[in-house]
Amino acid sequence: MSVDEVTVTATEGLPDPSGLATGGQRKQPKPHHRIATFVVVVMSILWALPVLGFFITSLRSKAAADNTGWWTVFVHPSLTFSNYINVLFHGGANIQGGGLFPYAMNSLAIAIPATIIPIIVASMAAYSLSWVRFKSADTVYFIIFGLQVVPLQMSLVPLLQLYSHGAHIGGFLIFPNLNLHGSIAEVWISHTMFSLPLAVFLLYNFIAQLPNELIEAARVDGAGYLYIYRRVVMPLSLPAIASFTIFQFLWVWNDLLIGLTFSAKNASAQPLTVQLQQLSGTFGSHLDLLTAGGFVSIIIPMIVFFSLQRYFVRGLLAGSVKG
Amino acid sequence: MHLLTTSLGKLLTVAESVGGFVAILAFLFWVAGKVRGRFEKPIANILLLGPAVILLMVGLVIPAFRTIFLSFRGQYAIGPNVKYVGLANYKWAFTDPHTLHTLLRTAEWLVLVPLVSTVLGMVFALLVDRMRFQVIAKSLIFMPTAISFVGASLIWKYVYQYRSPGLQQIGLLSEVVMKLGWSHPPNWLLSAPLNTFLLMVILVWIETGFAMVILGAAIRSVPDDVIEAARVDGAKGWRLFRSVQLPMISTTVTVVIITIMTATLKIFDIVYTITGGDFKTDTLSNEMYTQIFESFNTGRGSALAVVLFMAVVPLVTVSILRLRKERYA
Repeated sequence: MSVDEVTVTATEGLPDPSGLATGGQRKQPKPHHRIATFVVVVMSILWALPVLGFFITSLRSKAAADNTGWWTVFVHPSLTFSNYINVLFHGGANIQGGGLFPYAMNSLAIAIPATIIPIIVASMAAYSLSWVRFKSADTVYFIIFGLQVVPLQMSLVPLLQLYSHGAHIGGFLIFPNLNLHGSIAEVWISHTMFSLPLAVFLLYNFIAQLPNELIEAARVDGAGYLYIYRRVVMPLSLPAIASFTIFQFLWVWNDLLIGLTFSAKNASAQPLTVQLQQLSGTFGSHLDLLTAGGFVSIIIPMIVFFSLQRYFVRGLLAGSVKG
Repeated sequence: MHLLTTSLGKLLTVAESVGGFVAILAFLFWVAGKVRGRFEKPIANILLLGPAVILLMVGLVIPAFRTIFLSFRGQYAIGPNVKYVGLANYKWAFTDPHTLHTLLRTAEWLVLVPLVSTVLGMVFALLVDRMRFQVIAKSLIFMPTAISFVGASLIWKYVYQYRSPGLQQIGLLSEVVMKLGWSHPPNWLLSAPLNTFLLMVILVWIETGFAMVILGAAIRSVPDDVIEAARVDGAKGWRLFRSVQLPMISTTVTVVIITIMTATLKIFDIVYTITGGDFKTDTLSNEMYTQIFESFNTGRGSALAVVLFMAVVPLVTVSILRLRKERYA
């Protein structure tokens, strides 16, 4: 079957005047086609099946999961919730210190500051570059914008060295060792720094287009630049901030590389993804724990995804060059 | 109880960090807000722009230069063993058989994943418009975009689980091919080059939804009167798509392909989680991580990071230029 065939049938109907009358906003309903429907259904099932199997296994006992395929559950239904309790609070396999719950808290403790602080820092910078202005503001914006091409892989080693040794020039300390020792702070500070080029770019696009009259009027009324930022710019930028928040929160929550790199010295600061990655080495023998733990890590993005899909798409499109 | 207190402790630390940051800013704003006249503007600018500039310098600009510097040095980045080795690390990257294969494999990823994801996304976007339950279908295809690469890797590692053919199968793939009559399937993740393609499937599974959403929006934004005019002229089906719709969304197609290419080039999580780069599945980003953190060869790792950077620059530049052109046209 081909796109060709399907589209031909779909366009057989004569031009429908209603399609033109609505100004191209909504297309006229097209006739359904068997092959198109078939392709869509098969593809949807293929896409959903791996997740479904994973979810079902997370609800099966260890013995059942280890010995039979998840599809047998439809013949011999027996489900339990105990895997979730085990994996979250009791641990097992090579999860250290009683379950994944503390690591889920780590993920949260990393993602919250790594989302809020970039928003504040980036919106201030965007406002300065677009409204307060100075001679080389455009050049500064262009440089920050251009930093989007630098992959974060370029920063890993130097940043690790900075965190553990400080910075020296000829034996003279110019930046102190922050004594973070692979703590949660190392992870979220790194995320904050890496997110800024994209955050400034997105917020600049929005803030620069705020209505001139509003900001001029505030200036005429005698408001200072900083007052305008807090009382005019921030509240008006909420739509852009919402899109960025969702994108950045999910990006940090789902990240492996930064979490792995900056918490290597200190396992108790690891995010959930790092623990799951380590658990995957024992795949065959701990399916019950692995599926339940995996599902815990994807449930938060799922909730965000299904409840805020519109903002999510917007953030995804805008953030598509990040990395 | 212990769990509760440590968790609360962690969240309290978060509140402290964020609260402390906001409090310091508020204080500075208050002090700087008193300044009026000639100095108001420069002080406001320093306060507003300062944090971003400092964080970017410390986190990206200086480290990037330092990585380039390290890529010309020997194995150890710190201590008495740091010595200039010229282009040795780059020579290694492009001549060592293992690394060379890794680079070629990365190139395979770079061609196949964006191509397949974009084509599948396009087909789905075109077909789903005519469906009754299109919201459900779209959500299912799009759902993997929200899942982490680690989560996706675990999900698919389960699909690819291998048991010897005599036993009850627990991996979906083995079960299906055996039901279809392939009685002795290979151990999927250990058999090169098949395993690399199986890993690519995971990334295609994730990126197709992205391609579908962005291309779908572009297809819908082609004005109806253009389509109607083309139909009046006799364009139908494939010809309509090929000579009217596709040219009108070509910018979006380019951006989608390049975006997926950039993501593919940096792919680390999937390879690291599923095979760790063993069994001939290594890719550039994974090899870079291995060199730095497992072989402790910062020089070589840094050289690979620079190679990655050089490959990303043209991709991101083209993507940004096209997006800008479209936005400001």
